[in-house]
Amino acid sequence: MAAMQEAVTDISRGGPTNDAHGDARAAAQAGPGGAEQAGPQEGAREVGRIGARLATDVGRAVPILHAFLREEVRKTGYADVVFGLSGGIDSAVVAYLAVEALGRERVHPVIMPYRASNPESLADARKVLADLGLPELVVDITPQIDAYFARATDASALRRGNKMARERMSILYDQSAVFRALPLGTSNKTELLLGYGTQFGDLASALNPVGDLYKTQVRAVAEVIGVPQSIREKPPSADLWADQTDEDELGFTYGEADAILHLLVDERLPAPRVVELGFSEAVVRLVERRMRQNHFKRRMPVIAKLSSRTIGIDFRYPRDWGM
Amino acid sequence: MQSIRIALGQVSPVLGDVSANVQTHMAAIAQAISQGADVVVFPELGLTGYLLKDLTYEVACSLTDPVLEPLIKASEDIDVLFSMIEEGPDHRFYVAAAYAAGGRIAHVHRKLYLPTYGLFEEGRHVARGGAVETFDFRDEARAGVMICEDAWHPSVPYLLALSGADVLLIPASGPGRALGGDPNSGAQAFWERMLRTYAQLFSCYIVFVNRVGFEDGLFFFGHSFVVAPDGEIVGGTDSHERALCVVELDLESVRRERYRTPLLRDEDVHLTLRTLAKLAERR
Repeated sequence: MAAMQEAVTDISRGGPTNDAHGDARAAAQAGPGGAEQAGPQEGAREVGRIGARLATDVGRAVPILHAFLREEVRKTGYADVVFGLSGGIDSAVVAYLAVEALGRERVHPVIMPYRASNPESLADARKVLADLGLPELVVDITPQIDAYFARATDASALRRGNKMARERMSILYDQSAVFRALPLGTSNKTELLLGYGTQFGDLASALNPVGDLYKTQVRAVAEVIGVPQSIREKPPSADLWADQTDEDELGFTYGEADAILHLLVDERLPAPRVVELGFSEAVVRLVERRMRQNHFKRRMPVIAKLSSRTIGIDFRYPRDWGM
Repeated sequence: MQSIRIALGQVSPVLGDVSANVQTHMAAIAQAISQGADVVVFPELGLTGYLLKDLTYEVACSLTDPVLEPLIKASEDIDVLFSMIEEGPDHRFYVAAAYAAGGRIAHVHRKLYLPTYGLFEEGRHVARGGAVETFDFRDEARAGVMICEDAWHPSVPYLLALSGADVLLIPASGPGRALGGDPNSGAQAFWERMLRTYAQLFSCYIVFVNRVGFEDGLFFFGHSFVVAPDGEIVGGTDSHERALCVVELDLESVRRERYRTPLLRDEDVHLTLRTLAKLAERR
């Protein structure tokens, strides 16, 4: 998860015990071993094998993503794009893709740090700007976040993280009016499937060029398109508190998640088959549960059907209809 | 024997805007004429766009609709295969391809197989066609049309070949996948393998014209091409961008391949028919 503009998972629908940290603890307690049949070593081998397969020839997607950005942006009547640049790999990839597709004068990244953000994130974001020749726009979200939480000093990290993600979204949509630019999403397929993002926060966008790439594939694309090594190799972090990493918080690695998701989603394997291949049963269960439990974040709100043509049910038009 | 110069009109339709797409077609027609083409072939639903859903109802028109007149008129100068949502007199809607020549519509093919699985939902919105027929194509040839998914059912090229097709025309809206391990998109590699094999098995030319552009994030891969009766790709475009290219079909090679490898001559339609009749009872 790219840091800063993407925050901890919004689990407010998941019930009182379903917080992200609870998930992590459950997985940690289950530990390696448990009920899996093939054993953790086979699991690790499988992660490596599937990761390599996922990353193979991912460079082929690059010209398609350039064309996607050019065409889908133009279709909306916009020529420019705006997005949050966190210093993480996902938004860096989006920046490189957008500059190549649209030209740098059309690309408007916004850096939105909070006072607790890691200074290295800002440095990495600046590295991207320097490399691509983009102007720097920094909007510090500290005043608005602190003003709001002054009334709730005991607010949880979850509330704070989600609030930050939504403040950043609201800034991006406002900057969209300033630049006449379309907001781009930077959530990858792993985050979208796990629901590791904030609804109407970092998950909000008009177009998302990286939403069908697993984290493993984003890393491979990043290498192909020349994202600086320091950004590619640091541990992914939502950057909400010191030393936070996505993988600690999730309770599994992106490599594991990608392999398991690939088997469950793309290969349509039932979960017990995935466990037989050597993956930890606790992690497979956790991944599957997160995917299902957070599905609502990937959908429009449910509408009470009353008429014969209900939006989303039998009033069916492609999005491009309106363009 | 004659040769036919065929233009592959690899266009990117505007979703739901028939008039705009007629203009795009007219520009491609002018270009094809200037390059000396005898025929221009456009992709499936080139006049409407593909992911129509409920727009199907709004973009449908009959073959006598005035919006089509420029295309039909243009066929006085060049034969044109164009595709749209055709509304029949009984208000059934079809994915259709019309072949206009000499200033009139000479043949209409209605899509037979409507993919309704995965990302496809054609069967929700349109009716399936019911005829597999060939038609006179230029002076000395016969042609048949298969629209996209039609070609994935080998019975269709089989029947067209037995009906005497020298040339199979395939307007397509084929979406691509960049990922998945194939050298090109998975679907693209499949199309090439399949059509090269068909061309050899049915000793005919195959003209594949696929659209380009994006609809709701869905990518159409273009890469239109022509396969000769020996299974070799003899022209096309190696691009997923808008393009128009002209490829020459040498009908002499159909004759040569059919003598050299007389698969169609030896095809036992009676055996096929008997066996199919039995199988159909059981299905």
